Amino acid sequence: MVIAGIGQTEYGRHPGRDTLSLNVEACRKALSDAGIAKCAVDGLLVKVPTSRYEAMYGQKLAEAMRLQPRVGGVWDQGGAAPISMISFACMAIEAGQCEVAIVALADNPKTGTRQAYEKGWGDDAVHGWFGVAAGYGMILQRHMQAYGTRPEQLGAIAIACRNNGARNPHAQLRKPLTMDDYMASPMIVEPLRRDDICLVSDGASAVVVMREDRARQLGVATPVPILGYGQAHTSWDVALRPDLTSTAARQSAKTAFAMAGLAPADIDVAQIYDCYTVAVLMTLEDYGFCAKGQSGRFVEAGGIELGGTLPINTSGGLLSETGLPGLQMVIEGVRQMRGSSCNQVADARRCLVSNQGGMMTTHATMILGR
Amino acid sequence: MADFPAPERTPLTEPYWAALQEGRLTFQRCQQCRHAWLPPRGECPECLEADWAWEQASGAGRLVSWVIYHRAFHDWFRDLVPYNVAIVELEEGPRLISSVLPPGPARIDQKLALEIGAVAGMNVPRFRCIAE
Ligand SMILES: [Zn+2]
Repeated sequence: MVIAGIGQTEYGRHPGRDTLSLNVEACRKALSDAGIAKCAVDGLLVKVPTSRYEAMYGQKLAEAMRLQPRVGGVWDQGGAAPISMISFACMAIEAGQCEVAIVALADNPKTGTRQAYEKGWGDDAVHGWFGVAAGYGMILQRHMQAYGTRPEQLGAIAIACRNNGARNPHAQLRKPLTMDDYMASPMIVEPLRRDDICLVSDGASAVVVMREDRARQLGVATPVPILGYGQAHTSWDVALRPDLTSTAARQSAKTAFAMAGLAPADIDVAQIYDCYTVAVLMTLEDYGFCAKGQSGRFVEAGGIELGGTLPINTSGGLLSETGLPGLQMVIEGVRQMRGSSCNQVADARRCLVSNQGGMMTTHATMILGR
Repeated sequence: MADFPAPERTPLTEPYWAALQEGRLTFQRCQQCRHAWLPPRGECPECLEADWAWEQASGAGRLVSWVIYHRAFHDWFRDLVPYNVAIVELEEGPRLISSVLPPGPARIDQKLALEIGAVAGMNVPRFRCIAE
């Protein structure tokens, strides 16, 4: 199975455009990048826009593109949905249910509403328990206390992503960050600072998935092989997880590495979902790139920077390229495997991509090759 | 000022809030497998049976984690920042979202004692750190 084409809108503000319009632009560009006609597409999987849920959204998008897919629908896993949808597209193609699938997402919280990320958590709102950030804060507080993780270590993640994004002409935020800037950044939900928290973006991303032989047949120029994928999910309520500092990322990566027949040491570059800096710490540990509790030291020693043992988020991640929920990280993985990234890692042969949603509630992993 | 985000009292949650108004923190215990839990549910999340009873918590707990809001995400809390929200594990097992009374939380796993108090005219469970 391969990713045959990638497409994206500009990321940032798109006043007056709805998510169907943004999705169609990304899909048009992904088809053009693959060099295939719309009539080849018989699968369409879409992530429902977080800021505005609506029923039958997948079929609304199919209608906007005059498609009648054999396999279609929306996927509800928050930021784990992009890789999950690509996985399901692969399985549907292998099962003979469709041949060429588009996986897409769009959202417009920047010019629309970001209310979905700031609402109260049911009856617990009586305690002032609001917003997604606080769940990550709970995980981080426990990690800091249990393992001595320090703010400067989180800063190292924000700085690495922001510096990469500064060199990406299509990044929404292209201003590099210093440690002084990071430490002076205001607390939002302590221990999380503003600069630990991802951007809010309008925009869309899309990829085209098909079999390798079909890509050859259709004359696709630069198909990128999918070597493995996995997913895993845990409780909706962060408070109910027996161990706050061990996440579904562990099982998700285990499945993906087993499918690919690879181990963490085989990975040359990674796109790690950085909706909050702490998500990167948790993912590095749960994926086995470092031992539990050691990720702070790993990032502080430069492990995730360009030239480090595991460069991450080479297009800037959610902290710098766009806060959209994750398909842009698969797209950057494809660019790394094609050798066309704005921060190309020399001789990179395997790129790992992580996606996750909620408060590390849902997780999906993908390994790309060349 | 915005309205207090009062809980939605349903037939399932009403006994929980009613007990708090009488000064008792309660949780559900399965009569089949003895699993104990919060928040209120219709079925035991362990064995899936609907055979459970309310039980009063001793009030002893431990601090799993906490955060401090420096920004209010809801107008009612605007004048209260910075305020803490904590995850508490009761000695009987159930976990709940709560808060730690002044001087506030200091370290994970510290022992806590229940101290029910009124917020916006209704009793909610809160905890105080206790010396060990
Ligand atoms: Zn039971």
